[in-house]
Amino acid sequence: MSDAPAAVAELEGRFGADAFTVQETRSGFPTLWTSRDNLPAFLKFLKTEVPRPFGTLYDLTAIDERFRQKRDGQPESDFTVLYHLLSYERNEDLCIKVPLSDGDAALPTATGLWPSANWYEREVWDMFGVRFDGHPALRRILMPLTWEGHPLRKEHPARATEMGPFQLPDERQEREQEALRFRPEDWGMKRTREGTDFMFLNVGPQHPGTHGVIRIILQLDGEEIVDCLPEIGFHHRGAEKMGERQSWHSFIPYTDRIDYLGGVMNNLAYVLSVEQLVGMDIPDRAQVIRVMMCELFRIASHLVWYGTFAQDVGSLSAVFYTFNDRERIFDIVQAVCGGRMHPSWFRIGGVAHDLPKGWQAMVRDFVNYMPDRLAEYDKIVMQNRIFKARTQGIGAYTAEEAIDWGVTGPGLRACGYEWDFRKKRPYSGYDQFDFDVPIARKGDCYDRALVRVEEIRQSLRIIDQCLKNMPAGHYKSDHPLATPPRKERTMHDIETLINHFLSVSWGPVIPAGESFVGIEATKGNNGYRLVSDGGTIPYRVRIRTPSFAHMQMIPLMSRGVMVPDLLAILGSIDFVLADIDR
Amino acid sequence: MTDVLLQVAVILGVLNAPLILAALLIWLERRFLALLQDRYGPNRVGPLGLGIVLADMIKIFTKEDWVPPFADRAVFTLAPAVIVITGLMSVAVIPITETIGVTDLNIGLLFFLAMSSMGVYSVVLAGWASNNKYALLGGLRASAQMVSYEVFMGLSLMGVVLMAGSFSLRDIVAAQQDIWFIVPQFLGFVIFFIAGLAETHRLPFDLPEAEAELVAGFHSEYSGMKFGMFFVGEYVGVTVIAAMIVTLFFGGWMGPVLPGIVWFGLKLLFFILIFILLRAALPRPRFDQLMAFGWKVLLPLSLLNLVVTAGALLLWKA
Repeated sequence: MSDAPAAVAELEGRFGADAFTVQETRSGFPTLWTSRDNLPAFLKFLKTEVPRPFGTLYDLTAIDERFRQKRDGQPESDFTVLYHLLSYERNEDLCIKVPLSDGDAALPTATGLWPSANWYEREVWDMFGVRFDGHPALRRILMPLTWEGHPLRKEHPARATEMGPFQLPDERQEREQEALRFRPEDWGMKRTREGTDFMFLNVGPQHPGTHGVIRIILQLDGEEIVDCLPEIGFHHRGAEKMGERQSWHSFIPYTDRIDYLGGVMNNLAYVLSVEQLVGMDIPDRAQVIRVMMCELFRIASHLVWYGTFAQDVGSLSAVFYTFNDRERIFDIVQAVCGGRMHPSWFRIGGVAHDLPKGWQAMVRDFVNYMPDRLAEYDKIVMQNRIFKARTQGIGAYTAEEAIDWGVTGPGLRACGYEWDFRKKRPYSGYDQFDFDVPIARKGDCYDRALVRVEEIRQSLRIIDQCLKNMPAGHYKSDHPLATPPRKERTMHDIETLINHFLSVSWGPVIPAGESFVGIEATKGNNGYRLVSDGGTIPYRVRIRTPSFAHMQMIPLMSRGVMVPDLLAILGSIDFVLADIDR
Repeated sequence: MTDVLLQVAVILGVLNAPLILAALLIWLERRFLALLQDRYGPNRVGPLGLGIVLADMIKIFTKEDWVPPFADRAVFTLAPAVIVITGLMSVAVIPITETIGVTDLNIGLLFFLAMSSMGVYSVVLAGWASNNKYALLGGLRASAQMVSYEVFMGLSLMGVVLMAGSFSLRDIVAAQQDIWFIVPQFLGFVIFFIAGLAETHRLPFDLPEAEAELVAGFHSEYSGMKFGMFFVGEYVGVTVIAAMIVTLFFGGWMGPVLPGIVWFGLKLLFFILIFILLRAALPRPRFDQLMAFGWKVLLPLSLLNLVVTAGALLLWKA
């Protein structure tokens, strides 16, 4: 990010130095404050006019600033709406913040520039009550339509015990059910076309092909999908709100459950973000252990996807083979972490324990075992002619569309766009590893599958390198804010003992500031934006997940295809419900 | 008198055998599929897990037999019966050995084709009567699939009929004394095998009930014994198609050393296992791909087979 100030200079050249102020953050890219009036011109300039534009609206969220103490130099604001832009051509991020007052929390919509702004703006409306004027359908997205209040506002209760007992009398149940009734007119859909009635089919919330609770409403002409409407939020558990009442340390287990197939990969994004706030250096050994466990989980996640994708197009057996292989990964994970799917094993400053005795043999066995299995799966799945007929040419999008809609990960690489955050912005020592970034050309279901399958092989390469080059040293940083702190010296002097005691009982006190780290997670780019007010708990935790952006593309990908193709498309984008709804 | 009693015993035996076989097939399919998929399958109840058959039956008989209030009650009830009845009727014309068999119609083959066409009604009516969108889609797929695959299912067998010179299944088996029809009618066999898979709507042709897409397709709303009837109907269908393959192409009961009934049973088992194996191995094509394959590939091939067989016979006779 050597040319980071370039964008700032360009903005200054176009709008003058008074149009914005720059905020210091720990995130390593510029964060600018501008006014509501300037915002549309800013966004338009950055998306369409500037050379090497910011093509992706990576994230759009808000911060309730009303109870924040330490915001030196920042403009007055009750609610700050934040646009996180990403330029692949520059390999650069840019954050634009707009202050809003409580009585007048409204902004013009950005859906005209980025189609992906649609869901993000709905989420901000749902969570903070910030209106977006001109939005095509500004209504709740994660919370039930009957919900009162906006959960991420600070005055909204965070615990069920603050809310009184839950009751569901008949009339309320009927009201809730009525709210779920789908009326095509509400979404600008027609019921008939040239004398034919459309059939509206509810796929989900309970459906074997959706891999979780999501509802996709299909507008069908025969079996052809005219249009469709994904409805999310059934899996929403308020992870971001929970972040605001957990200590920095005790939030780690919650992250495990965001992309619940990614295990410690979620921990990594979070702890890296916390470490960025602190400015902590991590010992080499801890970094390599982290990389190894993350790559094991990448394989585990891809194996689940592999089997279930094959099952979605009717191939029954592959899922049993891949789940068996995943068990082998879990054997290793269990030996190392003690847990299986959700080990919660990374810590601020390192990992929870050192590797157990004999880990090399387990990992080596797995690395030797897996390639033959992959070759077998190639035969039964990828080279099968019916499988190809079902997936090739289905659900294709171009690289431009992918960038426009905020697609990251294998879905982007399948369009021929070689972009892997492990390569382009190495974190946790990935620059020390030798691996390739697989890409494909056509961006259809089959190509997305090809990319993932090859990624499994590349992950095996990385694990093999971890195995052969595991550095000596400590598994945790000796920084005082590493949690729980290292114990060796606690019994030798009183200062260390007090520090240790406070750090364990209260949790670490993280210095005030803002950070952001996005990593190449199993399904795409997973980022944690943390705001600290200098306390033992985060002031705001924003979790940017890849599946949210990918799911929003479903209507684009499935218009004009048939019902079975929708299942192939759903399988190929590899989403996890908790990763969408958080 | 003893003749009549014997005849009755044979009829009861032959008609009950597919039902018992269907129950055993549930076990066989689950264990064999499990074997292919690196898992155990039901292995706890009784020896080799065979008790699961009994457990399944108790379960299915005692489950609540629920008819949805929005369904067309009469048709809803009728539909599952149709598939079992037509399946069993087909069994009646199958010659198991030279002596065992319910009846020897001189149009046995046509009777089988008629019954399998009737069986389609079961699926279509079930899909329609359930008044459920998924069931409707399943029923629609079933009718389209069956209509197209019926056509060359019949055509593919005409080569066999030409060579045997009879529609009687017993005559057809007898005509294979020198050489099984699998050799001269290989193309006919392949087409009939594929059409038969489609007829029984087993994977890869299970589109009417494709569970990843349509939940359970035409029988989404069925429960209890009515659901059980579809299950039994499917297995009877598998048995009938396998039996027809054996009869038409693999010389029926004929074989060296062992008695005819054993040969028939072994050949039948082999083809049933092939059906299960296919289920484990193949993904499911899309509905329009299936139709295109049928009309554009299989239909011309079966016509070609018919013409070539007829021409060859003419030349040979002349």
